[in-house]
Amino acid sequence: MFKIVEKYALNATTDYLSVYAPRIAAKALPGQFIIFRLHERGERVPLTIAGYDRDAGTVSVIFQKVGRSTMELGACSVGDEILDFVGPLGTPSHLDGYRRVAVIGGGLGCAIAYPQAKYLHEHGAQVDIIAGFRTQDLIILEKEMAACADTLTVLTDDGSNGSRGLVTDGLKAKVEAGADYDLVIAIGPPVMMKFVCLLTREYGIKTVVSMNPIMIDGTGMCGGCRVTVGGETKFACVDGPDFDGHAVDFDELIRRNRMYQTQEQEARDEHCNLFKMADNAQK
Amino acid sequence: MPNMQMNKVPMPEACPAERRRNFEEVARGYTAEDAVLEAQRCLNCKNKPCVSGCPVQVRIPEFIARVAEGKFEEAYTIIRGTNALPAVCGRVCPQENQCEGKCVRGIKGESVAIGRLERFCADYHMANMAEQKKMEPADDALRVAVIGSGPAGLSCAGELAARGYRVTVFEAFHIPGGVLVYGIPEFRLPKAIVQAEIDNLKAMGVEICQDMVVGRTVTVDELFDEGFAAVFIGTGAGLPGFLGIPGENSCGVYSANEYLTRVNLMKAYREDYSTPVLKAKRVAVVGGGNVAMDAARCAMRMGADEVSIVYRRSEAEMPARKEEIHHAKEEGIIFRILTNPVSIAADERGFVTAMICDVMELGDPDASGRRRPMPTGEQITLPVDAVIVAVGTSPNPLIRMTTPGLDTDRRGCILAPDGVSTSREGVFAGGDAVTGAATVILAMGAGRDAAEKIDTYCKNKFGLN
Repeated sequence: MFKIVEKYALNATTDYLSVYAPRIAAKALPGQFIIFRLHERGERVPLTIAGYDRDAGTVSVIFQKVGRSTMELGACSVGDEILDFVGPLGTPSHLDGYRRVAVIGGGLGCAIAYPQAKYLHEHGAQVDIIAGFRTQDLIILEKEMAACADTLTVLTDDGSNGSRGLVTDGLKAKVEAGADYDLVIAIGPPVMMKFVCLLTREYGIKTVVSMNPIMIDGTGMCGGCRVTVGGETKFACVDGPDFDGHAVDFDELIRRNRMYQTQEQEARDEHCNLFKMADNAQK
Repeated sequence: MPNMQMNKVPMPEACPAERRRNFEEVARGYTAEDAVLEAQRCLNCKNKPCVSGCPVQVRIPEFIARVAEGKFEEAYTIIRGTNALPAVCGRVCPQENQCEGKCVRGIKGESVAIGRLERFCADYHMANMAEQKKMEPADDALRVAVIGSGPAGLSCAGELAARGYRVTVFEAFHIPGGVLVYGIPEFRLPKAIVQAEIDNLKAMGVEICQDMVVGRTVTVDELFDEGFAAVFIGTGAGLPGFLGIPGENSCGVYSANEYLTRVNLMKAYREDYSTPVLKAKRVAVVGGGNVAMDAARCAMRMGADEVSIVYRRSEAEMPARKEEIHHAKEEGIIFRILTNPVSIAADERGFVTAMICDVMELGDPDASGRRRPMPTGEQITLPVDAVIVAVGTSPNPLIRMTTPGLDTDRRGCILAPDGVSTSREGVFAGGDAVTGAATVILAMGAGRDAAEKIDTYCKNKFGLN
């Protein structure tokens, strides 16, 4: 059992959660992930590690309450216990030896991009963060990102924060103003990563993306997380989750991530109804 | 006077028309009367050919003689002396190639039903045993780490605990049992049976740590740093192979590992579990082994209208047990032999719609001694909405990637010249991690051999225990 030691909302749909898991905290590195299973009948759900405190023995994750399992996790409080919490899984990101890096986060992807930016910043790289959100209310980690970046650009699709644009617009502006990146890291929805990669390919800048496919075990035994990279099938859980963005077949990834869309919708509706019933009962 | 009936006492089985839609155990087990009657068919041969066919040398005629006398608990004790998991082996061992394959009664008629009798004794013991007293290893007992809680790990842990070691088993999944819980389905091996065997080990003082991915959460070298005197690697062959054909990454194409894990370990067949799995109507399972049979029979139980086994050779070359093939056919699984998938077609959303296959014929024998399948030039298109690939597995790379000095071969199998000792001092290995995908009983035998080698190693190095 793994105790929740800290929890707060980052916005209406996104929570920060810190769990006491000393073995994982001792080994975690940026780019790795954990798998949680809340209770006996729950799914195994992968979440990227957002931070770790080796002294306190804690590992933190940031997640969006979009499906049954993440909604259930979101309903937990400090002091509650998570039945299973496994990790750190995946190959850590290769972040050493870079001079100037653009770190691009899209929505919840910022939670994964942030520890990478932090690591790069602490290891002497010049870091520009470009973060994109749908709307102002969904902005997360603004202060944290500002603290570990030389420049931070926050854009919204609807311009509600005063800066309208897509992350690709932000990147284009930086490069055209003379930023000579030796690496771009793009983490966010697959479609965002796809368009960042199309742009950086034109510029000839090496680009690393982080995959978030469906998986069960996270150790290489199910093959559910397979991704086509450079025409070869890779397992995101052991070969990744980071891959060369210019070689990834994003369209296939997008299709595969929609495999259980219908069932997820049904589970979510059923779950929402349960919550509504509980609410009504209280009233 | 022995019972000279030519055939085995039949095994009561659930009716195919009903069982193909539920997950209850198919083979219901002998009654005490059945068992005594069948045991009387044993001729108690002097040279015991059956024992030579058993990878762990169960004293077969001896235990059968006790069954014939109605002394079931004594029979169990004899089996348990060399076999750590009799309830499991009685159900899943390929007896026809082992003990029963050597039985003299099999020359004329059917062999003695050794597997069924083994299962009967184990089930009798489980139903009638007194609560086991919890044992604890001595305070100064040496600690041994066992990685993996499948057949190899469990038998190694049990044997070491019996020899007085303090054993910790590390399991990556949230439930111990390895392939016994994620792979072999409930209807062939009820999970309560596996759990009972694991509870047995716990009562012997074995500690089981779930959610521990050795190679990630902790490395083999760190286990030594933590004070373990020796390490046993029994991590099996869990990395699924794929066909490498176009369209294989379409939605609805599963490895057998993934499909079986979703259904068995994650209980997707139960409404009260959250695990999603596609409820496919027309399923093709590629492969001809036991895993393919398990996957096909699970797909049928998940509500498919049509499930077929697609295999590139003929039925004679199928590696699956005869009994599994027979059960699958009884349940309405279609066998498409001499059929080799060449591509998978999908709709615009990426979901599988069909599998295109070459029609094959058998040519000259290949390196495996089996006749090589050759394309005839004819192709067929199977309309399907799910494909399950069951074409074999290889050892997981996590431990070899993170254990310097651990030698492996080109397939990723750990090198162990004597079967269990690796290139690293104090590190032992056994089961599928060494041999590549094989059987439960061979893995158990290796686990037991490793325990003996670990005992000798520890006594030489540390002098105590």
